[in-house]
Amino acid sequence: MASILKIIAQRLALGVLTLFVVSVVIFTAVNLLPGDFAQAILGQGATEEAVNAIRKDLGLDQHPVSRYLSWLGGAVQGDLGNSFAQANFASFVGSDAGSGMASVAAQIGPRFENTMFLAGVTALIAVPISITLGVLAALYRNSIFDRATNILTLSSISSPEFFLAYILILFLAVLNPMLPSLSNIYDGMSFGERFEKTLLPALTLTLVVTAHMMRMTRAAIINLLASPYIEMARLKGLSPMRVIVKHALPNALAPIINVIALNLAYLITGVVVVEVVFVYPGIGQLFVDSVKIRDIPVVQACCLIFAAAYILLNLTADILSILSNPRLRHPK
Amino acid sequence: MSEQLLKVRGLKIEGRSDETWNQIVNGVDLDLKKGEVLGLIGESGAGKSTVGLASMGFTRDGCRISDGTVEFDGIDLVNASAAVKRDLLGKRIAYVAQSAAASFNPAHRLIDQHTEAPVQHKVLGKAESEADGVELYRKLRLPNPEEIGFRYPHQVSGGQLQRAMTAMAMACRPDLIIFDEPTTALDVTTQIEVLASIREIVEEFDTAAIYITHDLAVVAQMADKIKVLLKGDEVEEAETRKMLSDPQEDYTKSLWAVRSFKRPQKPAVHTSATPVISVQNVTAAYGKIPVLHDVSFDIHEGRTVAVVGESGSGKSTTARCITGLLPPKQGHVEFDGEALPLDYRKRSKMQLRQAQMIYQMADTALNPRKTIGELIGRPVQFYMGLTGAEKRKRVEYLLEEIELEPSQYYNRLPSELSGGQKQRIGIARALAAEPKFIICDEVTSALDQLVAEGILKLLAKLQDELNLSYMFITHDLATVKSIADEVVVMKDGRVVEQGLKNDMFTPPHHPYTDLLLSSVPEMDPDWLTNLLNERGVDNIGDAAVDKM
Repeated sequence: MASILKIIAQRLALGVLTLFVVSVVIFTAVNLLPGDFAQAILGQGATEEAVNAIRKDLGLDQHPVSRYLSWLGGAVQGDLGNSFAQANFASFVGSDAGSGMASVAAQIGPRFENTMFLAGVTALIAVPISITLGVLAALYRNSIFDRATNILTLSSISSPEFFLAYILILFLAVLNPMLPSLSNIYDGMSFGERFEKTLLPALTLTLVVTAHMMRMTRAAIINLLASPYIEMARLKGLSPMRVIVKHALPNALAPIINVIALNLAYLITGVVVVEVVFVYPGIGQLFVDSVKIRDIPVVQACCLIFAAAYILLNLTADILSILSNPRLRHPK
Repeated sequence: MSEQLLKVRGLKIEGRSDETWNQIVNGVDLDLKKGEVLGLIGESGAGKSTVGLASMGFTRDGCRISDGTVEFDGIDLVNASAAVKRDLLGKRIAYVAQSAAASFNPAHRLIDQHTEAPVQHKVLGKAESEADGVELYRKLRLPNPEEIGFRYPHQVSGGQLQRAMTAMAMACRPDLIIFDEPTTALDVTTQIEVLASIREIVEEFDTAAIYITHDLAVVAQMADKIKVLLKGDEVEEAETRKMLSDPQEDYTKSLWAVRSFKRPQKPAVHTSATPVISVQNVTAAYGKIPVLHDVSFDIHEGRTVAVVGESGSGKSTTARCITGLLPPKQGHVEFDGEALPLDYRKRSKMQLRQAQMIYQMADTALNPRKTIGELIGRPVQFYMGLTGAEKRKRVEYLLEEIELEPSQYYNRLPSELSGGQKQRIGIARALAAEPKFIICDEVTSALDQLVAEGILKLLAKLQDELNLSYMFITHDLATVKSIADEVVVMKDGRVVEQGLKNDMFTPPHHPYTDLLLSSVPEMDPDWLTNLLNERGVDNIGDAAVDKM
């Protein structure tokens, strides 16, 4: 176990380093974009003075390196800075900068919570379905069922997300009005209401992520079927289902866990289109909007969250893979 | 109720390769009474395992029973439904596989795998079956029978796993067990223990068994009657003693005769002669794990030194130290009286050329994408600097040396050769560098006996012609007898005894050498019984090794 703790510590340290590199890359990339927040918000007719005034207020006139360092200093202490877009400029012209500003954390917080809720609901639906389908496809490999499952999951992953979303809206909200087509989440909703509103986007995302996980489950299991211990299990007269679930699946977990982790990371970071279709207030939409108006503090914070999600999920997958291997769990 | 348990008639099995079905078993009959043990022997590709599995009504993927009948206790297994067969398998017919390490599921504890068949077949409850498992472990003399079942397969040694697998096969007290080469992968001292355990428990429960092996001496200890297979055909069948003393067919006779190849003992080397290779006080480790402790021995010109010992004794590590692949921590290796740099990267081309290697698995030692001409031509060009027509001429000469027709083999790929031919290519590749010294690492252990004998004869011929020195790593004492001049016995990374072959094979021995020699099964069917009577069951095998 001591070695596992050591691996975790090493990976976490590496993760922090990766986050730092990501922050540099993002900061540089955002600075390379033409225009800045002041130009974006004041439009083409702005006077040079007005633009400069806003730049000065926001500290955009300072050298990029010093801006980055002051932002980094705050981020390390948990202060991600203030959002440009939410600032009330009228209130602080001539007064101390900072009053009337909305913090990035306050802006991202509820959005991030919504995103995690959507990802969680999707994972709860998609992961069990994928693994079950994968096991069944391996059990009845090359049968009609196997082929049908493959074709369906591959078609759904090959279709654009908005298309899948509209199909689901058509069948589940318009023709059979079972679920709401708009996912407007607000404070004070009961869990049940919130779950119902989230269900349709979650189903859309389920269609998107199922194929990878299901096919990896199927492939990882089939890969093991020629092993001597599987032959042994068959020669004990066990049922085919038991052979696969009890003897193949536990040894196939490592690759399956890794694909699940990648798909969960995608659910946290890459669902902008689905959010737009269902008007779901997640972090993806906020991110895209912030890029549009050059709201650099929000963009940076989102990027860091995305990077952290990838790092943590991959770390979790690695640890679970290690734990699924009895050789590492029970050393000699 | 008839005494007949298994009746196989005209069994034909086909295997699929490249979309066509080829017959691999051409009509085999088997008869087995209750409590009887049948030995099934033959070389690789004879169809032994396929026949063994088919008598359970099972064929591997890509195989099918095309004709014939398999009747187990009156039940037709060829046409039985999967459910009927599943009901028999594990409960009334059980299987013990060759590699217990690969055939136990790495994800589950031994006892959970043991109880699976009885619980699933509703023969015993989980707790009862666990208690019975512990009892069987005790009967099979596994250490700590109460505790060993709660380990995972990787925490248990190979010989113990093989006994645990025999216990697992016994879990439902089946009428028939198929043993598929259960001791082939084990060391001799471990094998003898497993053999004794298997024989005892099969007798105790009066279980019928089919014992599949390529080792005649092993089958002589285990079987009541023996059937010989060759390329899917039955050669002959007879009661064990009769088969051993009076084989009828030429093929059987040739199998029996294999162990007769023996080179005469050469006289001792003059003490002042400079050895070709001198290993001096070598101590080596993999990381922090020490593997070799103060190993020293000499190999003289034109001589074969056999290095024997069980797996883990440090034989191959010594070879790695000599070739410089693993630089020793202490000590060094001399070539013709001159110290070699420890690391192969620091050796000159000349030094590298002088010591070549032939590997155990010719399959993996030859690049599958290169033709034979390229494989042998590479060292010819690298070491000897020959190119073009000269190179080709040299390769053709080498192919003649290893008794393969150059025009036929020059452009072939390794996959188009048999196992023995591939090993010959390995030899030619080593010869291409024109070395003085060759390390042969278990070069015959993956080959059938007749083929192995051909390789040994070839190596002997080349030694006489070219005055080569061999270091012959092996765990097979029969090979040592046939080819060695001197023997080095290793155990736990130390040399326990060394000397001329004839001295080593005549008493008195070092106790470990004695144990090794006495553990090699002999063709006498009473050998195991006598040995057990003589020594007692606790003084054979690993138990005896541990007492040293």
